[in-house]
Amino acid sequence: MPQFFSRNANSVARLSLLGIVGAVGALACYGYWIQGSHYETRQGEPREQPVPFSHDHHVGGLGLDCRYCHTTVETSSFANIPATKICMNCHSQMWTVAAELEPVRQSYRTGKSIQWTRVHDLPDFVYFDHSVHVRKGIGCSTCHGRVDRMPLTWQAESLRMKWCLDCHRDPAQFVRPRDQVFNMAYTPPSDQLALGKQLVSEYRIISRTSCSTCHR
Amino acid sequence: MRKSSSGAGLRWHFGLPARPRLKPRLQAQACSTLLLAMIAAGCRQDMHDQPRYKPLAASEFFPDGRSARPIPAGTVAIDELQNTDPFYTGYTGNDPANFMDTIPTPITAELLQRGQERFDIFCSPCHDRLGTGHGMIERRGFKIPADLDSDRIRQAPPGYVFQVISNGYGAMPDHRDQIPAADRWAIVAYIRALQLSRSATVADVPAQNRSQLGVQ
Ligand code: HEC
Ligand code: HEC
Ligand code: HEC
Ligand code: HEC
Ligand code: HEC
Ligand code: HEC
Repeated sequence: MPQFFSRNANSVARLSLLGIVGAVGALACYGYWIQGSHYETRQGEPREQPVPFSHDHHVGGLGLDCRYCHTTVETSSFANIPATKICMNCHSQMWTVAAELEPVRQSYRTGKSIQWTRVHDLPDFVYFDHSVHVRKGIGCSTCHGRVDRMPLTWQAESLRMKWCLDCHRDPAQFVRPRDQVFNMAYTPPSDQLALGKQLVSEYRIISRTSCSTCHR
Repeated sequence: MRKSSSGAGLRWHFGLPARPRLKPRLQAQACSTLLLAMIAAGCRQDMHDQPRYKPLAASEFFPDGRSARPIPAGTVAIDELQNTDPFYTGYTGNDPANFMDTIPTPITAELLQRGQERFDIFCSPCHDRLGTGHGMIERRGFKIPADLDSDRIRQAPPGYVFQVISNGYGAMPDHRDQIPAADRWAIVAYIRALQLSRSATVADVPAQNRSQLGVQ
C-alpha cells in the first residue's frame, strides 16, 4: 500500500490548527472593534426623516420644552414621539404652505401616521425606562447630547452595555438637580462629585448592576 | 479565500495555495470555523429584533401600518364615564355654560409649583411666561393671544379657563391630550397667581422675603 500522507502532513496540520486559532482570535477582535465603532452603533449619524424636523429650530430657537412633544418621558418607559396633532398646534397657522411640511398636513388630513425613522434602537433583549432616569436626576443631554443643536436628530452616545454600566456603577458622576433635567445647556459644577454624592443620597439612588435590571 | 475549479466541481479553498491534494479533514475544520463565525453573526439580529412591538413601532400586519391600534368607533373609555364630573369638564350640572367658579382641588404651594412648571412647558411658547401674550410663537407670526391679565380673563370663572385649555378657543389649539385634567387645574390655579403677581405691590410680599426683591 502506498504512503497515504505526505511527509510534511503533520506540520501542515499543526500549522493550520495554529492558523485557525489565530484567525478566530483575529475575527473576535475585529468583531469587538466593529461593534464598538461608530460605524456599527451609528453614533453621530443624522438620519433622514420624512419631514426635516429640526430640534435646533424648535428647541434651540423657539425654546420649546422637551415635554411639549415628548409628553410621557416623565411617567413611562417610552418618551413618546409626538402625534401629528401636536405639530398642527402651531403649523395649522404657521408655515402653512411650506413644502417640507406637506407630509404633516397630509397626515392630519388623512389620519395616516408620519413614519419617522428611529434614531435610537436598543436590542429587544434590553429593558430601558425613561421615567426612572428622569426622576433620579439624569438629564436628557447626558444621554442624548445637545439635542437643541441638532438640525436632524442623531444618536450621541454608543448605547453599548459598557456605557450604561459606566454610569450605573457610579451614578454620582452624572446626577444633576431634578429641576435641571430638561436644561440642555446645563454644565456640571466643578465639584460634581460632591454634588453627585449629596444628590445620590437625597434621591436615594441605588447603583444597579445586576443583569436582571436591564435583561428581564 | 480563492475560488478554483479543479477536479470534478467548483471548490472553495481557505488561505492555503490551491492544491488539489488538500486534506478533507482540514477542509472540514476550516468549513466548520467559517460556519461558526457565520452562525454567530446570524444569531445577532434574531434576538435584537424579536417578534414583538416597541411602542408606536410600524406593523406589517395591519393595513394602516400601525401597531398602536386606534380605538374602535363607539368604544366607551373609562374616562368618558367621568363626562359628567366637573373635575373633567369644568362645568357643573351638565350645563356647558355653567362654568365652575372654584378650583376642585385644594390649593397648595405644590399645586402652584406644578402649575407653574406646566404653564411654562405648554402655554409660555405663545402666552409667554407672564401671560402677556407675546411668546416666541406669537413673535414668529401666530395670532396674538389675549393677555391673561386682562379684565375679561380675570373675571372669567376657573371653569372657563379650564375649558379653554381642554377644548381650545378660536385660534388656540386644544391641549386635552397633552395635559391631564389634574395638571390643567394646576395651570388654572397658577394663572390666578400670575394675575395676582402682576398687580402686586411690595406691601403684598411678606416682610421677611422683601430683601430678596432688592427693594425695601
Ligand atoms: C416640537 C416637538 C418636539 C420637541 C419640543 C422636542 N422634540 Fe424630540 N423629537 C420630535 C420629533 C417629531 C422626533 C422624531 C423625528 C426625529 O428623530 O428627529 C423627535 C425625536 C427625538 C429623539 C430621537 C428619537 C429616536 O428616534 O430615537 C430624541 C432623543 C429627542 N427627540 C429628544 C428631545 C429632547 C431632549 C428634547 C428637549 C430638549 C426634545 N426632543 C424636544 C419632536 C420634538
Ligand atoms: C409651538 C409651535 C410649534 C410646534 C408644536 C411645531 N412647530 Fe415646527 N415650526 C414652528 C415655527 C415657529 C417654525 C419656524 C421656525 C423659525 O422661525 O425658526 C417652525 C418650522 C418648522 C419647519 C420648517 C423648517 C425649520 O425647521 O425651520 C418644519 C419642517 C417643522 N417646523 C416641522 C414641525 C413638526 C414635524 C412638528 C411636530 C413634531 C412641529 N414642527 C411642531 C413652530 C412649531
Ligand atoms: C439614561 C439615558 C437616557 C436619558 C437620561 C434620556 N434618554 Fe431618551 N433614550 C435613551 C435610550 C437608551 C433610548 C432608546 C430606547 C429604545 O431603543 O428602546 C432613548 C430613546 C428616546 C426617544 C425615542 C422614543 C423612545 O422612548 O424610545 C426619545 C424621544 C427620547 N429618548 C427623549 C428623551 C428625553 C426628552 C429625555 C429627557 C427627559 C431623555 N430621552 C432622557 C436614553 C436616555
Ligand atoms: C448617566 C447615568 C445612567 C446611564 C447612562 C444609564 N442609566 Fe439606567 N439608571 C441610572 C440611575 C441613576 C438609575 C436609578 C437607580 C435607582 O436608584 O433605582 C437607573 C435605573 C435604571 C433602570 C431601572 C432599575 C429598576 O430596577 O427600577 C433601568 C432598567 C435602567 N436604568 C436601564 C438602563 C439602560 C438599559 C441603560 C443604557 C442604555 C442605562 N440605564 C443607562 C443612571 C443611568
Ligand atoms: C445597565 C443595563 C445593563 C445591565 C445591568 C446589564 N446589561 Fe447586558 N446589555 C445592556 C445593553 C444596553 C446591551 C445591548 C448593547 C450591547 O450589545 O452592548 C446589552 C447586551 C448584552 C449582551 C449581548 C451582547 C451582544 O453583543 O449582543 C449580553 C450577552 C449581555 N448584555 C449580558 C449581560 C450580563 C451577563 C449582565 C450581568 C452581569 C448584563 N448583561 C447586565 C445593558 C445591560
Ligand atoms: C399655539 C399657541 C398657544 C398655546 C400653546 C396656548 N395658547 Fe392660549 N391662546 C392662543 C391664542 C392665539 C389665543 C387667542 C385666540 C383667539 O382669540 O382666537 C389664546 C387665548 C387664550 C385664552 C383666552 C380665551 C379668551 O376668552 O379670550 C386663555 C385663557 C388661554 N389662551 C389660556 C391658555 C393656557 C392656559 C395655555 C396652556 C395650557 C394656552 N393658552 C396655550 C394661543 C395659544
